[in-house]
Amino acid sequence: MKRIFSLLLALLLVAALLCSCSGGAKTTLYLLNWGEYLDPDLITEFEDQNPDIKVKMTTTTTNEEMYTVCATEGTKIDIVIPSDYLVERFIAEDLLAELDFSNIPNFKYVEKAAQNRTFDPENKYSVPYFIGTVGIVYNTKLVDDPVDSWEILWNEKYSKKIMMYDSIRDSIMVTLAYLGYDINSVNPDELAEAGELLLKQKPFVRGYGADNIKEDMVGGSVALAVDYSGSAVQAIMENEDLAYVVPKEGSNVWMDNFVVLKSSANKEAAERFINFMCDPQVAARNSEFVGYTTPNEAALEYVDEEFTSNSAYTIPDDVLERCKYFKDLGDNMQLYNDVWMKIKTSA
Amino acid sequence: MKKKFFALPYLVWMVLFTVVPLILIFVYAVFTTTDTGEIIFTTQYLKQALSPENLSVLWRSLEYAVITTVICLILAYPAALILSRLKSKVGAIVNLLFVIPMWMNFLLRTYAWRALLDSNGPINQFLGWFGLPPQELLNTEGAVIMGLVYNFLPFMLLPISSVFSKIDQSYIQAAEDLGANKWQVLRKVIFPLTVPGVITGITMVFMPVVTTFVISRLLGGSYYMMFGDLLENQFMLLKDWNTGSALAIIMMVLMVLSMAIMRKYDKEGESKTLW
Repeated sequence: MKRIFSLLLALLLVAALLCSCSGGAKTTLYLLNWGEYLDPDLITEFEDQNPDIKVKMTTTTTNEEMYTVCATEGTKIDIVIPSDYLVERFIAEDLLAELDFSNIPNFKYVEKAAQNRTFDPENKYSVPYFIGTVGIVYNTKLVDDPVDSWEILWNEKYSKKIMMYDSIRDSIMVTLAYLGYDINSVNPDELAEAGELLLKQKPFVRGYGADNIKEDMVGGSVALAVDYSGSAVQAIMENEDLAYVVPKEGSNVWMDNFVVLKSSANKEAAERFINFMCDPQVAARNSEFVGYTTPNEAALEYVDEEFTSNSAYTIPDDVLERCKYFKDLGDNMQLYNDVWMKIKTSA
Repeated sequence: MKKKFFALPYLVWMVLFTVVPLILIFVYAVFTTTDTGEIIFTTQYLKQALSPENLSVLWRSLEYAVITTVICLILAYPAALILSRLKSKVGAIVNLLFVIPMWMNFLLRTYAWRALLDSNGPINQFLGWFGLPPQELLNTEGAVIMGLVYNFLPFMLLPISSVFSKIDQSYIQAAEDLGANKWQVLRKVIFPLTVPGVITGITMVFMPVVTTFVISRLLGGSYYMMFGDLLENQFMLLKDWNTGSALAIIMMVLMVLSMAIMRKYDKEGESKTLW
């Protein structure tokens, strides 16, 4: 009896093994994304349209973490959505696969946004996903001066009602732009000058924030804050007294992009997924879900007016012209860190 | 022999996830590769880690941790004493009330404090009813200390109240029979018996507070850099694993030192009185 039982068990095991083998014909795409940065319904829809592909999404919170995961040998990740300067770094380290654009015909909808991308000048490796700027969100009830320059962040009239962004690059970028320098400057004198300005500003800054800037602006206790356009879109929707402006001195434009890792064994499937995401209607739905601006020209007509009438959602051509992408600073980041440490340790 | 066998899984776990990483951190902190590919011993990373800016960050973190631990101790010790005197039913309920907040994620609790302390928040509205001007409560050092004490108080209270509940009442009765007054009983009998709980409480509050940075970000507006921020910057932003590891080593040395000092007091406390 016992023997028959164990024989049956063994047969069952073999059968289970065979089953899982035949199921393995399905390609699994591993997507590394930011949190809340893709409408999950769209993944289901893609899987319905492409029954041979299954998409598994994992999320991360910083570009640095994203880099670490992708640069680790033996990574399973196929598609990643890095920001501009990380794309540059990936290209420099030869981690990306050259895309076959005949598999991505929908690229034509994002082609305009793909121009002038300093991080992928030949458009060989990356496809635009979301775009945004850094600017000033302000409360029109608390600010009576015109807001069109970074200078207002140094106006003592708004003491303790100004919030800066708690990030080395962003805060120093604002100061460099205000001083009229290149936002990717690695000139120690220019950076020292920027550091002094930030130090002067510290006593009347309410705090250095990140995600919390949005809620503080909506709450109405902060007059002016440096923020990303995507977060400003939501803040303005929740509090109609708020407005967003990209100062005349220029600023930083960022773009998150689809890239496929060189180590990926499923490049063709990955390209199909990217093509699906570039479909105008899909891109529009995704943009409404995420709340960030889509670089997909044709998608804009499908996006709800609630977004397209928002001063932070639309990015006019003249704004784009005065904005620049961040460059990967490599070891020069240390220069920025030295400046920042002085600010963050001063009483 | 058999008993040792059962400890094996934990031993493997410990070697893999404690000993090996420690060795790696040490290697990163004191070894460097020269241009010719040689691996040599160096103190350059330790020197970098001990820069004046980094030290000021470290002192600030330690200062916050000391202040928080002292306040927690002052609040928790009398509370534990009173708790031990309550009837068991009432005591159990009060104990539960201390623990319930811990069932909620500490980030959520800290976010709630942000709303409370906001310049348009309930506290300032309350002040407004009495015609007082709104106070800047959020993004101050006071808010950070308050958040730290609030979040770590149970870690001080629970170990102390657990030693209180284990005190054999006959010791106290004996002391009273032999003519000790209330103050003498507390100082000479109860306190020495609770020292182990106090030491555990101090360790459980002090150590995590030194490396915490979320509370200073949320309640202090990231006005100052904390030691945790510093470590994050070294590893994630600058990718300088060597200096980051050196910082971690410095922190560990400080921790081991403070633990050694406390154990010394602990032993004395067991043999005779602490003071």
